[in-house]
Amino acid sequence: MALSYSPKVMDQFKKMTNNGRIEDADGIGKVGNPVCGDVMWIYIKVKDNIITECKFETFGCVAAIATSSLGTELVIGKTLEEALEVTDKRIIDLLGGLPKEKHHCSVLAEDGIRKAIEDYRSKQK
Amino acid sequence: MGNKIYYLDNNATTKTDPAVLEAMLPYFGEEYANPSGVYSFAQGAKKAIDDAREQAASFLNADPKEIVFTSGGTESDNMAIKGIAYANTDKGRHIITSKIEHHAILNTCKYLEKQGFEVTYLPVDKYGIVDPGELKKALRKDTVLVSIMYANNEIGTIQDISTLARVTKEAGAYFHTDAVQAAGKTALDVKELGIDMLSLSGHKFHGPKGTGLLYLRKGVRIHSFMQGGHHEFNRRAGTENVPGIAGIGKACAIAAAHLADNNDMKRIKALRDSLEKGILEKIPDVQVNGHPGKRVDNTLNVSVRHIEGEAMLIHMDFEGICASSGSACTSGSLEPSHVLLACGVDHETAHGSIRFSFSKYSSQEDVDKVMEVLPGITQKLRSMSPMWNERKKNR
Repeated sequence: MALSYSPKVMDQFKKMTNNGRIEDADGIGKVGNPVCGDVMWIYIKVKDNIITECKFETFGCVAAIATSSLGTELVIGKTLEEALEVTDKRIIDLLGGLPKEKHHCSVLAEDGIRKAIEDYRSKQK
Repeated sequence: MGNKIYYLDNNATTKTDPAVLEAMLPYFGEEYANPSGVYSFAQGAKKAIDDAREQAASFLNADPKEIVFTSGGTESDNMAIKGIAYANTDKGRHIITSKIEHHAILNTCKYLEKQGFEVTYLPVDKYGIVDPGELKKALRKDTVLVSIMYANNEIGTIQDISTLARVTKEAGAYFHTDAVQAAGKTALDVKELGIDMLSLSGHKFHGPKGTGLLYLRKGVRIHSFMQGGHHEFNRRAGTENVPGIAGIGKACAIAAAHLADNNDMKRIKALRDSLEKGILEKIPDVQVNGHPGKRVDNTLNVSVRHIEGEAMLIHMDFEGICASSGSACTSGSLEPSHVLLACGVDHETAHGSIRFSFSKYSSQEDVDKVMEVLPGITQKLRSMSPMWNERKKNR
């Protein structure tokens, strides 16, 4: 295993904020596939168009866990529109880069957040 | 670093035995002569190679002339497979191997497929065993070579090599075994096994990296891919790696003595068994991969369901533990271990596999450290695994 993670990835993996499930979530985004080794579920609570709470459950490697953790940190306190602007590229930049074969993990975080917001919005109609 | 290391990755590589290092040092220093030299100054280097060849031959119950020194297990495997394939095209272009071979075999076979050879990849049962009956069915008139590994690097499963070799010989093909993971763990006797070729790698049994050998039975002709001088009885050109050869020879002699030390061999097995027992007792929903009995005594491969191997490894690394995993994230691809998949392990369970491999330098302290930290790590990772939480909910 010759993968090298940046110190920021390792910090995020170690401290791991917002892991767990929100039982009465307003929106849930389920992405990934156990066959590929990455599953990410993002839970959000929304009040007045603002994400007040966000948690994740992730089955996956160091990169998957670090991007989940950072992704949730980035969207808490943001409006839904702002949260949708959290891209995989931004997550990678903030983590000080990811090994190339791990970029799909950051895409999962972006997708998970987007799906959770879509889920919330579909329930509002 | 400076922190204490708990090294349980001996199937990846082993610590060089200090006596091996000592045996090598003169040939980096004052004994620098080219062993092909005719002057007396070259005799020291030449003797080092001759002695090493004796040591390696005695380790395998072979004749010294049947030993070809190489740069490692990968080169030995390439030499055997391509060497036989290209030397026997008049007879046929069919090769048989198994689905659980090391990539040094699998990718060599895939390369040959592109060159117009045909390869059959035999399946294995859930323990990783190749059925000699399946081999018999796969053998054809144009089969020139069968290559089945002795012990698997990931799960440790040992094959019935002598039966597989006999079935192969009856069909008139050559038999090669990659015994890289067997050396030093179980006695190897090429005559008893009835094989034509066997690959070893020095650094897997406390020898130096960059060294290996191929046992090539007398009378077996291979095509050579390294054109040059008359080294290694015209089988591998290039000035000999004298310090490396001295090192692998010494490693063979040390391994032979260690195999005869029943107490220490039993101690290593007991360490592995106690870790296996501890993990099964302390961590729920775990499976052991590989054959329970027909398995090298130093290897333990377990799958911790609903969590992923790399995350476990990195948490263990924070504690100084060195182990490995068959998850996709550690292989650099999206597929988990081909070995576990061939054994019928599902993808998710394969992603959650970890391997601990012991050596003579392992101790109870290593086992205790893993048992101290691994239950907590798995609990932590499972508490955030959607699959684990769903499973709990559905109970």
